[in-house]
Amino acid sequence: MNHKRKNPDPSPDSDESTTQLSSPFPDEVLERVLSLLNSRKDRNSVSLVCKDWYDAERWSRTHVFIGNCYSVSPEILTRRFPNIRSVTLKGKPRFSDFDLVPPKWGAYVHSWLLLFATKYHFLEELRLKRMTVSDESLKFLALSFPNFKALSLLSCDGFSTDGLASITTHCKNLTELDIQENDIDDKSGKWLSCFPENFMSLEVLNFANLNSDVNFEALERLVSRCKSLKVLKVNENMTLEQLHRLLVLAPHLRELGTGSLLQELMPRQHSELKSAFNNCKNLNILSGFYEVTSIFLPVLYPACTNLTFLNLSYAALRSDELSNLLIHCPLLQRLWVQDSVEDEGLEAVGSNCPLLEELRVFPASDPFEDEILHGVTETGFLAVSYGCKKLHYVLYFCRQMTNAAVATIVQNCPDFTHFRLCIMNPRQPDYQTNEPMDEAFGAVVKTCTKLRRLAVSGLLTDLTFEYIGKYAKNLETLSVAFAGSSDWGMECVLKGCPKLRKLEIRDCPFGNAALLSSFRKYESMRSLWMSGCKVTMDGCRLLAQEMPRLNVEVIRECGNDGCQADKLYGQERMPHLLFSLFELCTNLETLSVAFAGSSDWGMECVLKGCPKLRKLEIRDCPFGNAALLSSFRKYESMRSLWMSGCKVTMDGCRLLAQEMPRLNVEVIRECGNDGCQADKLYVYRSVAGPRKDAPPFVLTL
Amino acid sequence: MQGVVVLGGATRSGSISTLSMEDNNLVLSSEDSSSPDESELELALGLSLGGTACKPQQHYARILTAKDFPSVGSSVSVSASSSSSSSSSSCSSSLSRANVTAGTKRSADSVAAANGARANVTAGTKRSADSVAAANGASSQVVGWPPIRSYRMNSLVNQAKLPATEEFSSLIGNSKNSNSVVGKGTNNCSDKNNGSAKENGRSRSSLFVKVNLDGTPIGRKVDLSAHRCYETLAQTLEDMFHTSTSTITSIRSSGEEHDKATRSSKMLDGSSDFVLTYEDKEGDWMLVGDVPWGMFINSVRRLKIMRTSEAKGLAPRSEERNGRQRTNPI
Repeated sequence: MNHKRKNPDPSPDSDESTTQLSSPFPDEVLERVLSLLNSRKDRNSVSLVCKDWYDAERWSRTHVFIGNCYSVSPEILTRRFPNIRSVTLKGKPRFSDFDLVPPKWGAYVHSWLLLFATKYHFLEELRLKRMTVSDESLKFLALSFPNFKALSLLSCDGFSTDGLASITTHCKNLTELDIQENDIDDKSGKWLSCFPENFMSLEVLNFANLNSDVNFEALERLVSRCKSLKVLKVNENMTLEQLHRLLVLAPHLRELGTGSLLQELMPRQHSELKSAFNNCKNLNILSGFYEVTSIFLPVLYPACTNLTFLNLSYAALRSDELSNLLIHCPLLQRLWVQDSVEDEGLEAVGSNCPLLEELRVFPASDPFEDEILHGVTETGFLAVSYGCKKLHYVLYFCRQMTNAAVATIVQNCPDFTHFRLCIMNPRQPDYQTNEPMDEAFGAVVKTCTKLRRLAVSGLLTDLTFEYIGKYAKNLETLSVAFAGSSDWGMECVLKGCPKLRKLEIRDCPFGNAALLSSFRKYESMRSLWMSGCKVTMDGCRLLAQEMPRLNVEVIRECGNDGCQADKLYGQERMPHLLFSLFELCTNLETLSVAFAGSSDWGMECVLKGCPKLRKLEIRDCPFGNAALLSSFRKYESMRSLWMSGCKVTMDGCRLLAQEMPRLNVEVIRECGNDGCQADKLYVYRSVAGPRKDAPPFVLTL
Repeated sequence: MQGVVVLGGATRSGSISTLSMEDNNLVLSSEDSSSPDESELELALGLSLGGTACKPQQHYARILTAKDFPSVGSSVSVSASSSSSSSSSSCSSSLSRANVTAGTKRSADSVAAANGARANVTAGTKRSADSVAAANGASSQVVGWPPIRSYRMNSLVNQAKLPATEEFSSLIGNSKNSNSVVGKGTNNCSDKNNGSAKENGRSRSSLFVKVNLDGTPIGRKVDLSAHRCYETLAQTLEDMFHTSTSTITSIRSSGEEHDKATRSSKMLDGSSDFVLTYEDKEGDWMLVGDVPWGMFINSVRRLKIMRTSEAKGLAPRSEERNGRQRTNPI
């Protein structure tokens, strides 16, 4: 069923015949070997070896991962890889999870599906994250790909349960339907009843976050038919009795997501449920636990023996409940909890989970609530780090932290690859010393040499970023909020961090100088997000000019509370600079410049030379702060300097005014001018060029 | 001092208009130098907003509220100090003031840091002001912070996540049905809310407010727009916190309906163990029912079901109203 390469595409490799002679392997052998390579990184490396390998790799590739749907076009993808069966596609920037990307921003899957339908008729698997998916897309998907097997939608939006019904009705060979945390129009649960009565191929079914009632009889029949079902995650409407019936039908489950656990059980039901759980010997992963009660938890104990992953992130457990549960989970490697377990609960984690590798602690209640000071602190984190020496992934929401605690934690667990610490109050210092948290994250990057992902929080100066730039050699993803003190911070990160792939920044004082300081770096990165920073429109334009292969998007929102601050932030720059000096009017020499020069150097030359210069008028030239400040004492001897449409920023002017108190430095700001701000900046490399589906509020430079 | 801010519609690309604006500039500058600080501040803000492509008036009005930028108060003093420390540059002071009003931390200290060695007094002041702002709970005003997926946020505030207690398991059998109905109702609300919030931009424009019950660490949210009067609100809250309040007040399921009705009104008139209070825009805690519903809707920021004993320690202003309130209904 593969597209055979008897007549390879004439376009890219017309000289293939000559190179083939020198190749040590026949294509068939090479492709067979390559088919054993699963890691996409390895395959990428293979494709770079030589043209033969590139071709062999592209013909044998069946799975493709696209980390940013706008980094490549479906046309380019299908041209290069003719035999793809499985596509993973990610859309919006991650900050869309936190409502920072306006609705209707884009990341529509439909254009991809249209081309897949003609080129990848045998597509089997589609995994979408943060994509916009319509019901029409889902219906098209269901009808266009006869072999379609697996659909996974995570953090997607734009569709309803009707779209799911299309999938369940038409995909006769479906093995996986994984619908997790989407912004979905949850009309009804009837999609579940649409599976054909002879349908029995399902292996993974997850509808934990769909709140509509499903027809339980239909679900029961489905589960009893699908003997190879391994993963079942039901929604919170499922009662314990129903859960019991499902467990009896599917004792071979590897992963279970329970429904609501808030029910009274007769003693007989209690023991029946317990024995049903006892029969689930293969259970590795448990999640769900909506509205859990202490009474119920002992029922789970027999099922805990082989658990490697326990997801309690939707269960507000108390510390004693958690510790009683953990005693029965000796093999636990991953644990997600809410901070309602408090530090005592985490102490139980430290003493009961020696194999723990990943811990996530989510806030249990609305974190905006600042009166409730329950939750976890540095004490709990420390306890975990003492007990769980294998810990290498942590996501930790807390309200207080100290530098000393973090330093101890990373000493205890030096193998962190992911360290995401969120101190929920922005710019909160070490609450004991009142120092910035710089040393904490400095300790993280110094100690954890394997660190790939880092999220920083708390009061941070540029020092944190100096540490990160200097020590975080393997860092791939960095998230920054409310941190740094100047451009220098971001510059350090861009200059250091050789493996940086994703940089997300919000509400930091980083401006154009930072953005442009190492702009070639962006070539090797997947994306840069900046919102609420000091970047201006001109900075973005310059970036777009210098780096034509980058897509530089400026997202401008209006009529929206959330963007007001951005509007103000964005107004930092002044388009015009007038500088006058009312002194020493002798032999005037005047220079007028317009639309000239290529860098700061031009203006610097003029200022350094030209000893009798008195008036300098410049408009629309790429001269910036460096030029302005290069020979600022010169201005003492000049009558005036006018600069408009240049790259001088507010900071530069301030500095000049400070340095030269005898100068009047005037900044003339014009408004009604939409060109002077960049609220939200999203930069990513793309071989597809600027996208065509950008909504009006997105300006692609 | 000729600190000048020019208001005008000219685009930056048109430098002819720029030149023609120089005259305006001078005119404004003389006015400006004599104008008091407040007007300068407003002018600067108005300008910033005028630069946006959207309705400036609306934003203008909204942005200036202290609620949106809780750090303004502390930061303005900082900008004053910055203007005194660098009095030479009039533009710097006026602009940094505009910045500070935006609630950002970027004034002289970022300039100073860019300069490298110039750690001036302003930077120090700024920092302490910031930490004060943070301590005041500035986080509650920031969109998308803390970084919790919006899906989780919605379920956190809308789903019932009461801490499990031994006591209420005895009630489970009876309360289960009503509970699940309530749960579903709120979920539907949340879905609708999501939709409209997306359209409107931010969910903050909706009428969801936080509700807490004394002694229960985990709160919930209630949609005030779904109510027209205090009675239905009290009823809803009663349902929402049914298990917890009944655990404490040891009311059992037999007379449930009856109890509910009477207790909800009790919660309003202050004759039960619990009393419904709210925090108004100014941050004062008031008794629910002290003002007409419409005014309440406009000023309420969150709700708390307090023990009557503790509610007596409410802020002085609200105690006055308490007095009025107490005498009224009886």
